[in-house]
Amino acid sequence: MATIRTPNTSHLTSDDIEKIYEPAEDSFLLLDALEKERTFLKELNPVVCVEVGSGSGIVITYLAQLLGNCCLYLCTDINPRAAEVSRKTATINKVQVESAVSDLICAFQDWLKNKVDVLIFNPPYVITPPEEVGSYGIEASWAGGERGRQVMDRLFPLVPHILSPLGVFYLVIIKENDEADIERIMVSYGLRKISILSRRSGSEFLSVLRFNR
Amino acid sequence: MKLITHNMLTSNIIKGVTKGYPLGIIPRKVEVKDVDYNPEFLARMIPNMDWSAVCKAAKDVGHDEGLPKEIAPNFTENDEFLKAAHHVLLEIDVVEGDLVCPETGRKFPVSNGVPNMLLKEEEA
Repeated sequence: MATIRTPNTSHLTSDDIEKIYEPAEDSFLLLDALEKERTFLKELNPVVCVEVGSGSGIVITYLAQLLGNCCLYLCTDINPRAAEVSRKTATINKVQVESAVSDLICAFQDWLKNKVDVLIFNPPYVITPPEEVGSYGIEASWAGGERGRQVMDRLFPLVPHILSPLGVFYLVIIKENDEADIERIMVSYGLRKISILSRRSGSEFLSVLRFNR
Repeated sequence: MKLITHNMLTSNIIKGVTKGYPLGIIPRKVEVKDVDYNPEFLARMIPNMDWSAVCKAAKDVGHDEGLPKEIAPNFTENDEFLKAAHHVLLEIDVVEGDLVCPETGRKFPVSNGVPNMLLKEEEA
């Protein structure tokens, strides 16, 4: 299989970069993880793919390039500028991605029940004072509050409801987020963990985890 | 925002709204774009669609002409139906406009093709 190129994000302006999360090591680790999962994902034969907190849109665009036009690709971001840039990134890279401004998957939640084949979340995982969580701007891309868990912990209970029977959930974390505790929560939902890829980047030890039934 | 996405959205995130479906569309700018036709994808997605909501959305944006009112019984092999579904679900893009909650009239703006479903704290 030919290698898929990293999506073109040269359209991001300096103003965009002040307002949204510019692709960084965590984004690229996630792209590498998806590339590594390519055969698995092709065999999964997904039809509904959702990314929560898409930022620049590089990840959902990459997934759409990886899997082709056999799926619905939907992404959300709480930051309106990010949702807009995500759509632009997909368009420039010639893939079809639907983008919406939403708190997690709020307004889609009913429809998505048992339908999501691939769910991706690169959450705000940085440990911050709890009051820094809840912004609609660039801070929303990194401020994770206590243990860096405050935002991802809100998505976790939804995961078992929206995943399809064979659906998979990819999550980016850092060491401080407490992988063992996250695994314990997901196991209580009937989801098991597989570690896909880890990498040290400066002071962050990043991992991409996969959860499925 | 394509009509396939509209089909998935509800306004029952608003406090007191029970169903919030389907959202009305007040279009200000609608574009029709060519998208590669994939009959297998459509055959898998159509059972997940609320077709009466598709018809209503198509009417709201002025693209309901010739659209079948019901899902064809043999839709997986019905190329004519799948092509009509492809066009209405994937090729019609609401670029600017409003989505309207059917119960409260609350509007959710669509700008640059992106619907904004955020609520104010007191609404949620």
